[in-house]
Amino acid sequence: MLTGATIVLASFAYVGLLFAIAYYGDKRADAGRSIIANPYIYALSLAVYCTSWTFYGSVGRAATSGIGFLPIYLGPTLMAALWWYVMLKIIRISKANRITSIADFIASRYGKSQILGGLVTIILVIGIVPYIALQLKAISTSFSIILKYPEVVMPDKAGAPLFLGDNTFYIAMLLAAFTILFGTRHLDATERHEGLVAAVAFESLVKLLAFIAVGLFVTFVMYNGFGDIFNRAAEVPQLNALLMLGGASGSYTTWASLTFLSMLAIMFLPRQFQVAVVENVDERHLNKAIWLFPLYLFAINIFVLPIALGGLMHFQGGGVDADTFVLTLPMAQQQPMLALFVFIGGLSAATGMVIVETIALSTMVCNDLVMPVLLRMKWLRLTERPDLSGLLLGIRRGAIVVILVLGYLYFYLAGEAYALVSIGLISFSAVAQFAPAIIGGIFWKGGTRTGAIWGLAAGFLVWLYTLLLPSFAKSGWLPITFLSQGIFGIDLLKPQQLFGLYGLDDTTHCLFWSMLANIGCYIGISLLQRPNAAEHSQATLFVDVLKQSSATAGSRFWRGSASIDDLLALLGRFLGPERARDAFAVYARSRGEKPNQAPAADADLVHYAESLLAGTIGSASARAMIASVVDEEPLGIDEVMNIIDEASQALAYSRQLEQKSRELEAATNELRGANQRLQELDRLKDDFISTVTHELRTPLTSIRAFSEILNDNPQLDTGQRAKFLGIIIKESERLTRLINQVLDLAKIESGNAEWHSSEIDMREVLEDSVTAVSQLFKDRNITLEIKAPPELPLIVADRDRLMQVMLNLLSNAAKFCERPDGRVNITLMRQDDTLRVDVTDNGIGISPSDQKIIFDKFRQVGDTLTQKPRGSGLGLAISREIISHFGGRLWVTSTLGEGSTFSFTLPIKASSKFEVSGLKLDQKFGT
Amino acid sequence: MKPKKILIAEDEPSIVLSLEFLLQNAGYEVTVTRDGNEALRMSEREKPDLIVLDIMLPLLDGFEVCRRIRENETLGHTKILMLTARGHESAIEKSLALGANAYMTKPFSTRELVKKINELLTTAAA
Repeated sequence: MLTGATIVLASFAYVGLLFAIAYYGDKRADAGRSIIANPYIYALSLAVYCTSWTFYGSVGRAATSGIGFLPIYLGPTLMAALWWYVMLKIIRISKANRITSIADFIASRYGKSQILGGLVTIILVIGIVPYIALQLKAISTSFSIILKYPEVVMPDKAGAPLFLGDNTFYIAMLLAAFTILFGTRHLDATERHEGLVAAVAFESLVKLLAFIAVGLFVTFVMYNGFGDIFNRAAEVPQLNALLMLGGASGSYTTWASLTFLSMLAIMFLPRQFQVAVVENVDERHLNKAIWLFPLYLFAINIFVLPIALGGLMHFQGGGVDADTFVLTLPMAQQQPMLALFVFIGGLSAATGMVIVETIALSTMVCNDLVMPVLLRMKWLRLTERPDLSGLLLGIRRGAIVVILVLGYLYFYLAGEAYALVSIGLISFSAVAQFAPAIIGGIFWKGGTRTGAIWGLAAGFLVWLYTLLLPSFAKSGWLPITFLSQGIFGIDLLKPQQLFGLYGLDDTTHCLFWSMLANIGCYIGISLLQRPNAAEHSQATLFVDVLKQSSATAGSRFWRGSASIDDLLALLGRFLGPERARDAFAVYARSRGEKPNQAPAADADLVHYAESLLAGTIGSASARAMIASVVDEEPLGIDEVMNIIDEASQALAYSRQLEQKSRELEAATNELRGANQRLQELDRLKDDFISTVTHELRTPLTSIRAFSEILNDNPQLDTGQRAKFLGIIIKESERLTRLINQVLDLAKIESGNAEWHSSEIDMREVLEDSVTAVSQLFKDRNITLEIKAPPELPLIVADRDRLMQVMLNLLSNAAKFCERPDGRVNITLMRQDDTLRVDVTDNGIGISPSDQKIIFDKFRQVGDTLTQKPRGSGLGLAISREIISHFGGRLWVTSTLGEGSTFSFTLPIKASSKFEVSGLKLDQKFGT
Repeated sequence: MKPKKILIAEDEPSIVLSLEFLLQNAGYEVTVTRDGNEALRMSEREKPDLIVLDIMLPLLDGFEVCRRIRENETLGHTKILMLTARGHESAIEKSLALGANAYMTKPFSTRELVKKINELLTTAAA
């Protein structure tokens, strides 16, 4: 039989088991062999999300609105899909900055602001209290019901005395005691509670199994499977309506706002932040949790509708609250053990939530609310006390009791007016107020402290006015006219139809107005100001956390000096002297130093101390405490900006660096090649100058020598005098010609030569050149002939330049065929798209090796002969430059002893091909 | 006294002409050659007291001619005056290192050339 004693005994046995698990978990953690270091435990601990709201309330909600209970689980499922980025970022930030609560997170983001930390804590305490009340209500109700077993009687709470006469108060105090035992046995800088997490994960398992057990019982024992239940329900008109979308299940706006609220709740509820972020052992666990956690939600929701429908059909005519179906159905079916299991499951759901939530809240109350105030009260001389760890624990324990008393009071005052789910939504809406400051804070560097404060305050006040106060009014603790007529009777200020907005449910209405005020203030005010140095440095640390490699990045924004002893003493006060020394020793070892070796603390050590302290008293208080012992040099905004720029560029820079170094290597190779070519060119230039100099000195030597001879020998006879003067004149001409040709070649090669192109008839050019050299050939007795077809197309070129080429070729030919039957033939012909000119002599010929070099500057084919031919050695080089300028080619074919043929081609003007290349040439040379 | 013999090894005709005139005018017996190989042969045959040796000679350059003459013990008394169209220190140093007695850079002063040759041949006589 199920007696009161059995139930109480079973409950205590269960809680004892939880303690055993927690104790074992802590022992293992201390031994360095964590039992929670796996993704399954992590995912189960996240299921602390499912409280008695889920366990009892979902069925209650489903009984009135069908699948309207679903958005609360759709939201987290959707959000989980974003965890890999959003949650990962929050976890990284929190680990890097030793953030231990959501208040700490927001305060830290906005320049370690104490005001902000306090504000968040106040919002949370007020916002979460209804949620805790919900758990108290569930435990209290389920306990009252199961006590009456086997009868199914709804508890009658009316008239129950406050506090001591009320079971619920004892339940609250028992929960406070559990929580104190679980969460505040010792102080830890990281605020991690491995044993607690293990216990919570176990509870998640128990509540899931209990719920599924009832589900299976109802579906397959009471009825014949899902099909049977739904078919039977479909026959009842009221129940059939529950199975439809729309209508009972809520409007689309309700679905959207509930889904949205629960998306935010899964991230920002203090207990979720605690298990997901603070208690996270390894951020890789997130990867599995992303699908495991939604799977858990799915599993715990499968039987909601069958139980709801089963309950509605079983308890026809009402009288049994749908919120209790999970428990009352097994009771009505005379299943004591199942009923007890369900009760334990419900207890699990409620205690898990209350314990984790209260620990998280008490940490915030202590770190972000009480300690900053106490530290400000100079007359308390707190900073002079040697060990504050006892005080800290005391504050937290006190906070736990106060929070549960508040929860009890809310339950007592307002609990009866609402169903479980509605109470929970009030808390969800409060927590949603953190979304702009947090989401904005980790993605937008422009958010400022003032913006966050005003946003939060505005959103909170709207929530207070449109959701929390109406809940009091509906319970009769505020005049109901507050709802129906608005404050001071002003219609526009009706809390649930603010500014005439109606047609939305309470929650959606509150969400709309509070988010509008919150986001509006946050963004608007942030945009109006520039973040100060502290905000800017924190903003960068948060927003760019995934780009930063080291957790000590924060210390780079700090400059100053402090003595190690001061830091140690400060830490000792909060952590206890022994643990402070240990922590410093660990730090020293991690840096490969002997403890207490360094005389002064460097920036990293100060940062380490601050983060240790932040774990104990919150980042804002830690900042203030550290500042009291550290001689800080204030950083100007410019300096901070510089550091930030450096930091954000560093990573991109190192990636670029790799790329750059590859490019550099390629460039180096290119440069090396270019350098070699330049050296080669330089050598060629030196050779050229040296050759030119030599060629200039030669005629100059003759000129000077004979001038001096003439000057020093006035007695010379007229014949000799004339001969010497003739040499001087000839050598002067040679000098002039040489200088002209050098300049000419230089101009052509540098592209500065002037070209006067026109349409010319090649035949005329040849004839003119023959006329010009006819005397020379006649003197040497060399025959010169032209062969050319009568009709040939015109070409475009510089007539004088072509004459220059022809004269050069002809004078060369004349030079090399001084023999009795010397003969030079010029032939002109058309070859494809070009005109071709051959100048053939029957002279001495050119050896194959010489053929290669005669077009080089200053190479004269006379070198091997005793008699050096006269010439600058530049003629052929210039000729080749001229011909190639007009798109043609100049070359030689020769057999030693038989003669040579110098040939060149020039493109015909009519050909389109030439017009194109001619255009290019014109552009290139600017003619 | 028998006039001293000078061999001119130079391939530029007008320079040869000027040197020939200057040295004959100064009372020397002058022979002319226009390439390096011939310069060596003539030296061995004529055993000149002095060679005016151009560096840029066809077939065999002046440096090589100078080196081979200095290897020939029968030409131990022969003075060598190098003529260079390049003012490079390196050419001058190389000439002296190979055993040339003096050098002149083109274009040269005719008076200095004659004076230097006179000096070289007087010291040799003394």
